[in-house]
Order: sequence, then C-alpha cells, then structure tokens
Amino acid sequence: MAMKRIGVFICHCGRNIAGSVDVKRVAEEIGNREDVVLSTTYIFMCSEPGQKLIEESIKKYNLDGVVVANCSPTLHEKTMRNAAARAGLNPYRVEIANIREWAAWPHEDNPEAATRKAIRIINATIEKLKANASLEPIEVPVTRRALVIGGGVSGIQAALDLADAGIETILVEKEPSIGGNMFRLSETFPTLDCPQCILTPKMNDVAQHPNIKLYAYSEVESVEGYMGNFKVRIKKKSTFVDWDKCTGCGECLRVCPISVKSEYDLGMGERKAIYIVNEQAVPLKALIDENSCIRLQFEKKVREGKIKPKKAVKICSKCADVCEPNAIHFKNNEEIVEEEVGAIIVATGFEVMPAESFPELGGKYPDVLTALQFERLLAPSGPTAGVPRRPSDGKVPESIAFIHCVGSRDPQNGVPYCSRICCMYTIKQAILVKHALPNTAVYDFYIDIRSNGKGYEEFYHRAKEEYGVNFIRGKVSKVYKVGDKYRVQGVDTLTGRIIEVDVDMVILATAAKGSTGVKELAKKLRIPYDEWGWLKETHLKLRPLETPVGGVFIAGAAQFVKDITDSVSQGSGAVAKAMALLSKPQLEKDPLLARVDTEICAGCGRCKDQCAYGAINIDPVRHVAVVNEALCEGCGACSANCPTTAIQVVNFKKGQIIRAVDVLAEVF
Amino acid sequence: MFEYKILRLVKEMKYTIKKDPHQDERVQEIIEISGQNIFLCYQCGRCSSGCPMAEFMDVLPSQVFMFLQEGDVDTLLNAKTPWICAACFTCTVRCPVGLDLAAVMEAIRELQLRKNYDYIDPYKVEERNILPPIALVSNFRKFTP
Amino acid sequence: MSLKKIMFYPGCTLKGVAKNLEDSTLATARELGYEFVELPDWTCCGAVYGLAQDSVKFTIANVRNLIKAQKYSEEIGDNRLVAVCSMCYNNLRRAHLDVMKNRDKLHTLNIFMDEEPDYRGEINVQHYLQFLKGYGFDRIAEKVKKPLKGLKVAPYYGCLLLRPEEVAIDDREDPHILEDLLEILGAEVVDYPLKNECCGSYHTVDKREFVAERTYKLVSIAREVDADVISTSCPLCFFNLDRRQEIAAVRHKGFKKMPILYFTQLMALAFGLNGNEVLHLEQHYVSPKEVLAPWL
Repeated sequence: MAMKRIGVFICHCGRNIAGSVDVKRVAEEIGNREDVVLSTTYIFMCSEPGQKLIEESIKKYNLDGVVVANCSPTLHEKTMRNAAARAGLNPYRVEIANIREWAAWPHEDNPEAATRKAIRIINATIEKLKANASLEPIEVPVTRRALVIGGGVSGIQAALDLADAGIETILVEKEPSIGGNMFRLSETFPTLDCPQCILTPKMNDVAQHPNIKLYAYSEVESVEGYMGNFKVRIKKKSTFVDWDKCTGCGECLRVCPISVKSEYDLGMGERKAIYIVNEQAVPLKALIDENSCIRLQFEKKVREGKIKPKKAVKICSKCADVCEPNAIHFKNNEEIVEEEVGAIIVATGFEVMPAESFPELGGKYPDVLTALQFERLLAPSGPTAGVPRRPSDGKVPESIAFIHCVGSRDPQNGVPYCSRICCMYTIKQAILVKHALPNTAVYDFYIDIRSNGKGYEEFYHRAKEEYGVNFIRGKVSKVYKVGDKYRVQGVDTLTGRIIEVDVDMVILATAAKGSTGVKELAKKLRIPYDEWGWLKETHLKLRPLETPVGGVFIAGAAQFVKDITDSVSQGSGAVAKAMALLSKPQLEKDPLLARVDTEICAGCGRCKDQCAYGAINIDPVRHVAVVNEALCEGCGACSANCPTTAIQVVNFKKGQIIRAVDVLAEVF
Repeated sequence: MFEYKILRLVKEMKYTIKKDPHQDERVQEIIEISGQNIFLCYQCGRCSSGCPMAEFMDVLPSQVFMFLQEGDVDTLLNAKTPWICAACFTCTVRCPVGLDLAAVMEAIRELQLRKNYDYIDPYKVEERNILPPIALVSNFRKFTP
Repeated sequence: MSLKKIMFYPGCTLKGVAKNLEDSTLATARELGYEFVELPDWTCCGAVYGLAQDSVKFTIANVRNLIKAQKYSEEIGDNRLVAVCSMCYNNLRRAHLDVMKNRDKLHTLNIFMDEEPDYRGEINVQHYLQFLKGYGFDRIAEKVKKPLKGLKVAPYYGCLLLRPEEVAIDDREDPHILEDLLEILGAEVVDYPLKNECCGSYHTVDKREFVAERTYKLVSIAREVDADVISTSCPLCFFNLDRRQEIAAVRHKGFKKMPILYFTQLMALAFGLNGNEVLHLEQHYVSPKEVLAPWL
C-alpha cells in the first residue's frame, strides 16, 4: 500500500548542508507534494531534539513514511530508524536522502545547483520510499563457541580470555607446538624478560584449560557458514605417532640416527627425523618428519612403485623399539575434524624475509644472518647455549655488525613500510651480545632509531651508556667476504664519510611480512589481505580488529607486525569484539535481503552463479531459487542478473528503483 | 693535474634559509633538468655507501641532496663531487625512493656546462695514443659543454 | 656451410685499442655458425647516455644508428643488433627503450631526422652474452675443444651491463649469465664479490690515480678469492683494470699484477682458436701468455 502521509525532515547539519543548500526553499518545494504532509528543517537531525522532532511528528501527523534528508546513511540510518521505531512506525518505512555528500559538499561553489540537486535527490528518495514494505529483522541463532587460528602470544591470549569468559574455544596451530615467534626469542625488549619464562605458564594454561581444545600441527582446511554459525574443517596433519599414547619422554630422539636442520632454530641448529620441538613445547609430543625419516621414505618409494623389494626388508625402527607406551606406529594418521563455532579470531603472526633475499649484503654467506636466526644463537636454550658463535667455524665473533632497515622503507626494491620492531630488537641483540661477550666490538648501522614505546628510548640509552654499543648513522650498501672476515661498506651521513669495517658476523634486520600460507587462509575466510600478507582491517583507526566478514576478527602481528605488548592487547581486544557477538543468544539481521517470487522464477540458476556469499540454491524438486536468509547480505547482484526479475531485494524492487532513477534523470 | 687534497667543502658553519627551498628557482631548474624530485630523499645513505668514487669526493652523494633540500645550490657549484661521479648508476638502482642520482649530478654539472664552462681542457689530455676512444668520448661528453 | 648473417655494432674502440675484443668476438661467432656483419655507416654511440631530461640531443646519434639498423635488417632478415662493448650496448638499448617509452621524444627525433625513415622500434639490441644465451649454452658446450680446466676466472660485469634496471642482462646484484658461460667453457669460476662494481670509467683520462685506486681494490680482491684472471666485456673496464695496474703497483708496494681477458678471448681459446690474429695478446699490458700457456 503506497504511502500517503510522508514526513520529510531536512537537516541543516550546521553549515555543512545549509552553507550551500537553501534548506528553507527545499522544504517549501517538497511540501508542495500531495503525498507529503510535513516538510520541515532542523539544524541537527542527529541530535536529541532532532530525534524527538521525528518521534513527535510521527505521532502528531500520523505519518506512514519518513524521509530524513541529511548525511550518508552509513552514519545515521540506524539512528533515524530507531527513532521511528520508538514512535511506533516500522523502521523500514524510513529512508535517508543524502544531500550532504551528494549535493552540499560537492557543489559548495554553486549553491543554486546544490539546492536543485538536493530537491531532486529528496524527490527520488520519496518515490523509492513509497513502495517500501514494513519488515521485521531476521533472527539467527549463535553457536557459543570460538575458533582462534594461530597459537602465538596473541592467539594464546585470545584463547585464554575466551576460555575464562566461559566460551568453549578451539585453538589451531600449524607448528607442532604453540608459542610462535615469541617462543624462539632469547630475551624481550625493553625489560629483558625471558620469553619462555613468561610465555610457558600461559602455554600450559592453554593445555590445561577445560574450555580450550588445542589442535597442534593442524591447519584450517575450509570454512563455511556465516557470523554466529561457522562450520570449520580442520586438518590434523600426520604425525606418524599416536599422541594419545606419547608421553613426551624423549627417548626416541636419543636413538634416531638421522639429523637435519631444525625449523624451530631456523637452520641454526639440528633436530632428529623424529623430534619434539623442545623441552617446553606444548603439546609435548613427538612427531616424525616424513621427508627425513629413512623408514618412511622407503615405505613411500615402495608405495609409489619406485622400489620393489623381493622380500620383507626390516628398515630402521630404533625409535619404536625404545618407545615404552608403544606410541610410534609409522602410519599416516592425517585426519579431518569438523567444528562449529560462532566467531573466529585470526592471529597468524608474521615472518621475516630471509637473508638470501639480499645478495649485496652477503645474504648467502653462513655468518650473515637474520635477526630471528641470531636470536636462536643468543637464546640460553638454543643450539649454542646462549654464546653467539659463527655458524661457519663455530668461533666466537670478536666483532659483529648489525644493519637496520634491510628491505624495509624501500618502495623501489623492498617493502615501503617500516617494520616497526627491528630498531628495538636490534638494540636488544646488541646488548645481549655485550652481555655474553663483553669484549666483542658491536657496530650498529642505522638510519633512524625508532624507539616510541614505553621504556623504549631509555633502553636505547642503556645500550649507549652501559653496554658500549657503537651507533653509526648510515645505511650499509655492501657486505662481502675477504678471507675469514666480512667487509662492511657503510657510510656515516653525519660526519660525511665512508665507513669501512671488517667484522666476524653480520646480522640483518630484515623486513617483516605476513606468515606463509596466510593468503590462502584469508581466501578461505573471504577476508581481504594486501600484497605483503597483512590482513586488512575494516578501519585502520577505529576498527583495527574487525574484517568486512562478520564474525571474523584479526589480532596481533597478522594485522601488521607489532611487538609483544601490542599483540597481547589486540588478542584481548579481539575477544571483546567476539564476545559482543557470542554473548547474545540470537543475532538480529537486517531483513533487506533477496526474496524469490516462485510464480515467476524458472530456476535458471543465474542468480546462484552471481552470489558471492553462496546464499542461493536451486531447489531440485520445485526448480526455483531458494535464498538462505542467514547467508544473504542483500547486495542485489542476483537481482541484476535475473532475466525475469523473479528475485529481488525487498524494498529495492525494480519498480522502486526505476521510479527513483526517473526522477534523478529529469533534465531541468 | 693530480694528487689534490680532499678538503671539506663547507667553509661557513652557518647557513641562513632565506626562502622555502621548494620555491628556489635553481633547485627547480635542477629538478627540471634531471627529472627527479629531490625532496623524496630521506637521507638513508645507501647511495653514498655504495658509491665507488665516494672516498675521493669532498661531499657525500647523499649530502648533495641535503644541500639541495635546503636550497643551497651555490655551495654545490663549488663542490668537486659532481665531477667525481662516474655515472655508474649504483646509487640509482639502490635508492629506496627510486631517485636517479646520476641524473641529478649531471644536472648540477649542466648548470655550469651550459654556461660554456670547460671542466677539462681537451688539449691537455695525456696518453692520447693508448686511451680507448670511449674514454675520451665519455669524458668530454660529461665534462665539456 | 653458409653462415647466418647477424648485424653487428662494433663501436669505435673495437677498431683500434680493442682489436682483441673484436676479432675474438667475430671468430667465436663464426665458429657458432654466424657471420657478424658490421652495420653499414654506423656512427659512434656516444659512450655515455645523456641524463638531462630536458634535452633530446644526446639521443640523436643512437636513434640514427637504430634507423640504419632497421633499414639493414630488412636486407639481412634478422632484427637483432649485437654489440659486445658494454657501453655501446647500454647506449643503444637505452636509446631504444627511451624513445619507445617517451613517444613524443621519438616523434621529435623522427621529425628532426626527416631525411631518414622513421624509427619504428623494431630493432632488438642485444649484448653478445644475451645472444649466446639465446643460442643455448649447452649447444656452445659442443664446440668446446680445449676446456679451460684449471683456469680460475673472476667474472667481472662492470656497471653498464647491469644498470640501470631497464637494460640489465641479468639480476643486478647477483647475476650469473657470465658465470654460466665460463663454466660451460670448462673454467673454474671463483666467487668474486666485486663483479658488479665500477672500474672508475672515464676518470681514467684526467684522474687516473683515482682509477688506479679502484683497480687496486678490484684486482686485490680478485687475488683474495684466488683468481688467475679477471674476465670482462667492456674495453674501458679492460683498459682501467689492465693498464692502470701500472700506477696501482707504484702506489701500493707488494701489489701483484693479474692479467685481464675478454670473455670472448676465453671463448676463442676454449674453441681452440688460439692464433694471435684472433687474440691479439700484444694489446695487453699485463701479459696473459704465462697463465694461458696450456691453451695457446
């Protein structure tokens, strides 16, 4: 039933609209319409008196439809609809005519044009409004469980906060142990805390918390569903060991004959083919690396037909022989599990670029390392027991050079951004070298010292005052090997001289990027990411933990590299966002969704092909399109493609749009 | 013509900025001749540390850009640095903001060469019988108008 | 067997001081089945590319050469223009890319040289190394009769083969095209970290002590990494690395000289073409005769 008693409220928006649009004249012209019984202006419609004006007018004039001509609907559509609802008018009989961003602001220099345009916009909006139906919001149930992807410090914090709030939480981590990058560090800046000491209690809490289900050495395979109702398939990768039986005693490691470079030590140390990440790993379980275990390699070749043994051959089973609980079975135990959750937090962390990416800085030499690799040589639990040694010959270095900004701040040949944490961790590593080797000369080549956190600038001063670190301002251009040492060709831009020094080791503060595999994960979740693998937040300033996909939040270095303080804060922050969603028994969804007129629909399926949300299916029996209202986001792509206009978005029907466009396209 | 002592270029320790360097005509001229926006340089120093001729210069390549950013073209016209540049482009390919420093050095040289200045006197060149022609051609192209 | 004709741009230096480069290039090309025909009426490339953006005059000579190549390519039936002097390669290629990117420059030059046909951008300027790579290094291996086994070579690219980015024949910080060729020839390639550093270029005319310092650094490091010879492509690099060792030896006591060779000479040796009409070893200041004895 078309509306006959429409109220139009035109906002001055201070001088924002009234500065170019003659609001009084607009109100007069609109008031001339037959279907408009009230046409008035007010200085700030979004203020409390403005809202009261709407409520009282609805009651006084018995309005059956409202147009508010103000700013963009993204700002106050909800506000105005709520006001109408309070006065007893169905909120979907309220429409916004944007005369600020569309008329007043773009045509500040031409008030006559701005005014005419405003009138036209309001007329078009009224035409659209007149055929609006009254609608009720759709209610969607919420699964009161959460998924955290990534078991670094941010993910661990998020999981613990969720679990403590009573939410059953799944934590998925792709490595065999949780802990992430923080777990590899030797000490943290600026407090010089031992990261294992402060992190392992939290890791153990995760393992023991009744509300947390930990899937380590697992990856997310697929995600279906929508906010409040996600169905996630998780792949538990094959460990070849029964983790229900394994006690983590470590006997198998002792007898395994194969040693390879350790991923946890970033190539700085070794592990066996059957391994436990380290003594503090959570979970403390052994797993076998198929690519280095000779038995598994043999069995693989037999399966592929490359080897055809004539009789049964006994290949190495040294580890199984000493395993008391009989946990080692050498069978592929990959498994897919399904979980249902209401909210997802992505906390996949970051990686640093490898040294090999920088051949001019000697990246290929064994004693030129990234900072993260060097961290393992500084860690007391690391392969060199905390004494930094040259990987090439095991000698203790007498001089070390640190180079800042390797790959960062380089729009031409690297990443354009500053990787935030490198200045601080380089200063920290310089201090730790002096701790371990007080007589070693340390040269720190920087461009700027970025020490903008609490206690950070003081930490930098400590490096100069207490530890005798040499700071030279200028970016190093080339490092090459001369005999046993590495010649560093740098510059001091402050005294204006070329600086050359021969050192025993060079540590590069390489640029940070998103973790490997994050882009594929983001595609599964349908969240945006940028070319360096950072997940994209909804709004950089005001909504840094949300993504455009409802129910999926991001936290920690996955959004952009950051230090531990900020990662932990964001982990908790994302939980607050998730809790807002999970603490409601039902979710209210805007009913402006697609609806199918089954009389007209021929079941051609074009709408289904267009739907980016997978919300449409063709009923095989009735041969008509069926919309899943929980998934539909009301984008209208289906409607644009329907040859018969059988599927339309409610309140955005074809007739409404055409009438509105007719008004807009009128030439004065 | 050789063995000169490399002296510090700057004789006065104070430089007064009289107007916005972005409005200085000679800075604009250098920008126009070289086609480079010299104000992009953030003084990282990579050009200087990679320059093969830097140890023979009186002011670092990166410092040249600081003089330009302050609008001081006069000091640069007295500098030896643009005439020591070998146009090897090591700086150009390493600059993080993509500046072609060799082009800027050429622009500074051009400011003088275009006024009919001869940095080198072709008649005084020795070893004419053994120098490869490309050495003479390239030298004269860079150092004479 | 008739040889396929390919347009060759020698450059001024190859005709005099660098006859060793020219003859070894032509001889090795012949061995591979190509006759490198000199571009008729070629003129000097200018050696360095004019960097002033507000003037096109420095590009004229090179575009004129490209126009002549365009004409000749119709006769020869191949649009490749091969240069072996790094400076010539750099200038011709830069000129081609410059006018292709800045069409208004091309238009101005075409109008200025209205007595010549317009340059349409059809010439593919290649350095001899790129040409050889296109031929196939494994096919070159078949022609090796006297592999350079035991000869330790430091590959030296210099500046102009790798910079600026648009003309680079390989990765500019870690190239390996020359190393690949040398390995095919049987030589032992040493890891030479200064392979893409500048030799001092045109300063050899009026500031030869500076160039001698560069020579000292480049040759000493080559000796540090155990090289017997340094292999280069550019005649100016050759002159600076070879001849300036005289001054380097005077300024640095204990400096040991090292012979410098063009990679084409090494190729010729490996192919068994060791006659002096190909190698012109008398043009070298530091004589390579002793080091190359097993192959001569």
